[in-house]
Formats: sequence, structure tokens, C-alpha cells
Amino acid sequence: MNAIGLTPRLLRSLLPALSLVALLGAIFWLQPRAMSYVGFNLMLNLAIPIAFATIAQMCVITVNDLDLSIGTYVGFVACVGATLLSGGVAALPFVKDLQASGALPAVLPWIFQTPLAGVLALLLGIGVYALLGALIHWRNLPSIVVTLGMSFVWLGLSVLILPVPGGQAPQWIKSLMTLKPPFIPFPIIAAAIIAIAAHFLVMRTSYGAVLRGAGGNPKAIERAGWSLLRVKMTMFALAGFFGMLAGLSLVGLTTSGDANIALRYTLLSIAGVILGGGEFVGGRISPVGAVIGAATLTLAGSFLSFLRISPDWQIGAQGAILILVLALRTLIDRAEKRR
Amino acid sequence: MSPSSLPIIRLDGVKKSFGAVRALQGVDLSCHAGECIGLVGHNGAGKSTLMNLLAGIFGAEGRMAIDGVEMTDRYSVATAQSHGIRCVFQELSLCPNLTVAENARVMHASLRGIGWRGRAGKLILDKLDQVFPGHGIAAGDIIGDLPIARRQMVEIARAFTVTGAPARLVILDEPTSSLDAHLASQLLAYVRRFVSEGGSIVLISHLLGEILTAADRVVVMKDGKVVAERPASEFSRSSLVAAMGTVAREEGEARHASREARDTGKPRVRARTSEARGGRELIAHKGEIVGLAGLGGQGQSEMLIRIFDAAKRSGRDIEVAGDVALVAGDRQNDGVFPLWSIAENITISSLRRLRRGLLIDRTQTAAMAADWREKIGIRTPDVDNPILSLSGGNQQKALFARSLGSTADTVLMDDPMRGVDIGTKQEVYGMIRAEAERGRTFLWYTTEMDELKHCDHVYVFRDHRIVADLSRSELTEEKILQSSFEEVA
Repeated sequence: MNAIGLTPRLLRSLLPALSLVALLGAIFWLQPRAMSYVGFNLMLNLAIPIAFATIAQMCVITVNDLDLSIGTYVGFVACVGATLLSGGVAALPFVKDLQASGALPAVLPWIFQTPLAGVLALLLGIGVYALLGALIHWRNLPSIVVTLGMSFVWLGLSVLILPVPGGQAPQWIKSLMTLKPPFIPFPIIAAAIIAIAAHFLVMRTSYGAVLRGAGGNPKAIERAGWSLLRVKMTMFALAGFFGMLAGLSLVGLTTSGDANIALRYTLLSIAGVILGGGEFVGGRISPVGAVIGAATLTLAGSFLSFLRISPDWQIGAQGAILILVLALRTLIDRAEKRR
Repeated sequence: MSPSSLPIIRLDGVKKSFGAVRALQGVDLSCHAGECIGLVGHNGAGKSTLMNLLAGIFGAEGRMAIDGVEMTDRYSVATAQSHGIRCVFQELSLCPNLTVAENARVMHASLRGIGWRGRAGKLILDKLDQVFPGHGIAAGDIIGDLPIARRQMVEIARAFTVTGAPARLVILDEPTSSLDAHLASQLLAYVRRFVSEGGSIVLISHLLGEILTAADRVVVMKDGKVVAERPASEFSRSSLVAAMGTVAREEGEARHASREARDTGKPRVRARTSEARGGRELIAHKGEIVGLAGLGGQGQSEMLIRIFDAAKRSGRDIEVAGDVALVAGDRQNDGVFPLWSIAENITISSLRRLRRGLLIDRTQTAAMAADWREKIGIRTPDVDNPILSLSGGNQQKALFARSLGSTADTVLMDDPMRGVDIGTKQEVYGMIRAEAERGRTFLWYTTEMDELKHCDHVYVFRDHRIVADLSRSELTEEKILQSSFEEVA
């Protein structure tokens, strides 16, 4: 009796993986040459930053909030990565302009050249995220409003740093992102590492249980003597951390920065979490599912290209895939309830 | 365990108010090691407030000492935990998205590091084995997937688990409400064992049989005060019921124009409870005020909602003639539109009548709002002020105006007087009376005895069933208490 009762639940947790396999199958059927080392590399390269952004979004969704600023934040990190992190303050376009006009000397002292400025800017970004979590908890604000406002702040900062697309990603990130390990393509290894690390962090550690519990029943967590403020700050800081990794991996792939580079990531990351079996409220999340969801969304783009659907229609078609998978999940849920 | 030893916790004249409602009005209580205290009282007697106080969730006026040490201002959830005071709350406080083991971890900060999952699972399963042998729960089960009885078992067992701080005083609020008789007896046996090993228990229950068998001492609360405190052996079921209600109570302004004979014509509302077995029918005629009594949450609100739904599309077991309107009890969630003006809040149900073509007729709505402000006495200089500028009682009046101003023949009231001051109550009672005489029917869920005295007929609910059907002349507080606490075989 128990074994039968488990079937829909098992099916539900397998759904993200099954949709990924189905999509891969369809791609290979359309384009058998995609089933190769190079093919995987090309198709899944961009899945790495999207996977990081999805994990970041998942952290926020765990505590029943939503981050609408993750896309512009990733763009901000990419801009910092392409300037401050590679050449320090001297790499900023407006500093270069000043040098060209003679207001600043041609050779700047060490302090203006060190990439530490970039590290500092990125740490500040994470700090701002933690403070947002504190603000949202303390003033009981809707996270959608706060993060929507922040999305303009991040975009503005990015444009200040890098008014036009450009800059240069640090060499070490570029070489990391273009690694060619034997046999298994790098994006697959990276995705597995991201999934396992995130799973360990929120699903296996003892504080992770408290973090997820705060999404399920915040009152119970408070009654057990935990600080909800700390929980929110931790989750938002984690979101800032994973968002930073998303921006850095993205700039490693594109090699130069752009303020508008990742605007689509906001919605992609939310879709990835939901596609991976997470839910908007109640602390029900799955890091492994989220990474699979991110990969599915990335592959959906390739799949539609192979179908020769014009890019104008691709976003709509991606939405259709999302609706299809979510409809399947609802059907499974309903079957579970009828039991 | 000599009784002269220091009490684990001692309360001395503790008072607590929530706005106008005085939940506790000077309570003295002490809990010693090696005894089980049974705490009984009607709804709103202050039991849950007292329990939250002991758990450290909020503070209160008065003196509070733990192990003889004055704690009044420093008491918090953390101090309660470190002194071994645990609570099992009435509404479940487990995280539904976590497993059984993870929920144990949430309570014990010391369960950490490598292998915490295994240790947490062992801890909770060992305790479950002790309290509920043969429970059939696994450490990896997700709480949300478990049926409610098993969730409650996990929560109870969790309160008794011990890691860093000992479990010395465990407060159980209605612990058996979702357990069947077998599990309840397992729990009571464990309670006795825990007490004999030197622990202390506060047992809050509506099942008087449980209290009388498990408790050493019974404390009866009423209106935020302790009204009786004696060894359990000196109480019987009927003396306990008598202690909960006041024996002599002035009849006050109860209404005189009583209608003895019920109409025999077609009733306006005829309804059965969803679990019809053994239940009686609820019938309301034109111009009647019908009370829905009993303890809180015994299916009265659900009944009102079902009647409300049935008026739109007829439901099973329910017949409703004419329109219905509902006055919500949970004002903040179900009642007011917080961003709207008083006038908009009053007229929303009647907009169909206040139209000119496709648009709302502003002069008519303003006239209706002004009219009701006069009739019902909403204290505001201008009905275009925001609804939140009113006090709670006046907001409730606006909600009454919304229902009474509509054309509905039947008005359903879901404990509408919660947190309303006595003056406003009297005014509203008068209005209900007047409207009923004009032929409106009222269905009134209330837990307050005084309000039931305004009803022509009272149905007592217990466990989603109607267990008693009292006409006005039969209505006494004793009878309602008796049937509310009637145990289901």
C-alpha cells in the first residue's frame, strides 16, 4: 500500500530530470551531431551562470520571498568583474577618460591598480543583500517591492561603472570557464558541483534545516528560539554570494561586461526554481532540481533553434515549455490528492 | 519530591491585556516537580494566554519566578528552554516542509556537526517509541505528508526529548484533540510516568475525563482568573462543570419578548452538519435569532460558510431561501477593505442597487453611508474618512451596516463581537433585535454566554455535530457547558 502511495511523489521529484532527458532526446533526434563533447560545451556553456542565478533565487524563495533584482545584480557583478576585478580602479572607463585628458597621470600608483578594489566591491554587494534581508524582515516589507527598487539601483551602478559594453574579464576566470577536461564537458562537471554544493549547504547541514524550516513555519522557528532576522540575512547573503558567482562565470564566458547582459536572468531564475520542483511559499525547494531546471531552460533555447524557430518566438516557446511542465506537475499533485 | 520544595515556576498576580481585552486579571499559579496540573476553562478564559506566558512568548505584568528566582523582566523563550520548560501548542508548531528528524533538530540547537541527522532521528524515534509504542513513524517522513494525528504525536514526543537542557515542565495544550482513544490513553500513561519520575506537566484539555484521570490538581479558570484550585480527587465531572460557569449570574438586559412557539411554516434556513451521523438539523425561521454555541472551532464557522455558499448554488443537505449576508469575525482578514473609506466599506454589498447606468451613483452611496452612520452610530466626523481611522468596535459597526444595509433576508454572524467594547455591543444587540422584529433572520455564532441570551433558539456544536437543540426557555449556562463538554463515546 505504501509503495503505491509513493508513486506520484516519486514521479514528482523525478519530473525535472525527466523533462531534461526528454528535451535532450528531442535535440539529439533533431541534430545528432549535438551529441558530442563540443556540442555539449556549446549548448550548456551558458547554463553555468544561469544555474548559479537559479540557486541564488532559490535561497530567497526558501524564505517565502522573491528577488526581482537578481538579473541586474548579475549584470552589476559582470561589470565589476570586467573592470575593477581585472585592473582595479584604473580600469574604470571614466578614470581612463581622465587620464586621456591629462587630469590624472598616465601611470597610477599601486593602490589604483590592485584588483582588491573589485573584491571589495563584490563583498559590498553581498553585504547589501544581507542588509536587504534584514530590512525586509525588520520592516515587514514585501520583498518584491524592495528588490524591484534595488534592480534599478544595480542597473544604475552598472551603467556608472561601464557606460558602454566593454572591459576585460580577469584572465583566471576566462581560463577557468574555458577549461577542457578530458571526456566530460566542463559545463556538466560544473553543474554537478553546483548542485551537490547547494544541496549540501541547504539540505544536509543542520543550520540548513532551520533555514528551510523558516520558510515552512516561521512561527515554529521563532518559538524554538532561533532568530528569524539572522535566517533572512543568511539567506539573502547566500543569494548575493551565488548571484556573484553567476556574474563572474558569465563575464568569464563573454570576456567583457555589459550592464544589460543578464536582464533575462530574473525571470529565468524564477522559472528554473519552479521548474526544478520548488514552490513559491512553504520552504519546499530542491537545489538539484533547480540546477536541472536551469539546464532545461538553457537547452530549450538550443532546441528551438534546431527547430528553426526564429528568436522572436523563442521566449514565447520557452514559456510554453514551462507551462507544459508545470501542468504535468499539477496533474501529478491532483493524482496524489485523490489517493 | 517533597511538596515543600521550590516550585519550578511561580506566578504571582499576573495580568495581561490585549487592547481592550483583559486576558489575564491577576493569576496565581505554581507548578512543582512531580505533579500534573489540569487546567480547564471555557473559551476565552485565558488558558492559552497563560501558556504563551509560561513559554516566554510575551511578557506580562506581575511577578514570575523560576526555581525561586525572580524572572519577571528577563523571561524569554530562551530562558524558558534553558530551564526545561517546554510547550506543545494547540496549533501545530512543526515545519511541514521538514522531516521528522529535522523538526527535532529545529528544537535542539546542540544537534549539529557531522551525523546530526542520524542523532536527531534516533532521539525523536526513541521518544516516540516510549510515548506511543507502535507509532509507525519514520525519521525521514516529511511532516506535511503525515496525517494530523501522527503530526501531533511527533510534536508531543519532541517536547519530551532531551539534549542539552532537561525537560522539567511540559505544558500540553489540547494534546489529544486529534488523537484517537487508544493514542490518548498511551499519552496519559506516559504523562503519569513522566510525573512519577519527577517531571511536571500542565495539561489543558476540554475532555474532563482526561483531566480527572491524569491530573493531581485541577485549576479552573474563568474570565482571566483562577476561580477554583483543588486536588483532582475532590472534583467530579459535574462539580467541574459547575466551577467553570458562575452559579449565580445576574440576568441583566436579556430580552423579554421571547417567542416560545416556533413557526411551523417553511424555514428560511435548513441545514445539516457535514458529518450527519447523530447530528441534528439546524432550522431558522423568518424573524428568528438563532445561536450557534459550543466551544471554539467545533464546526460553527464552517457551518456558516456552508450556508453562505449554499445560498448561491444549493449545496447538499442545505436549503436556504432568499439572500444571505455574512458579518466576518476576523475583521482584519475577512472583513474590512483597509484602504477604502468608511462609505465605500459600507456600500460595497449594495452597489447593485446604487447604480446609474454602468456607473456608481455617488449621491446615493453617500446618502446610504450617511444614513447608516446615523442609524448605527458610527463615531466619525465624515464617512469619507479611511476605515482604519475608526476604532475596532466602530469598524465592526461599519461591517454590520454593510450587511444590514443589503437586501439579504438572512444575516450570518461569525463571532462578530470579538474585541468589541461593551457599549458598542449593547447598541448592536439592540439593532439585531429590531431587525429581527422586521423579519430578518440571524444566525449567530458566539462563544459568549451573554450573547446567547439574545437568541430565540440555540444549537450547541461539538466535534462538527449539533449535540443539543435548546429553545429560549430551556437555555441555561449549565446546559450549554454540559453539552459542550459531553464526551463522545
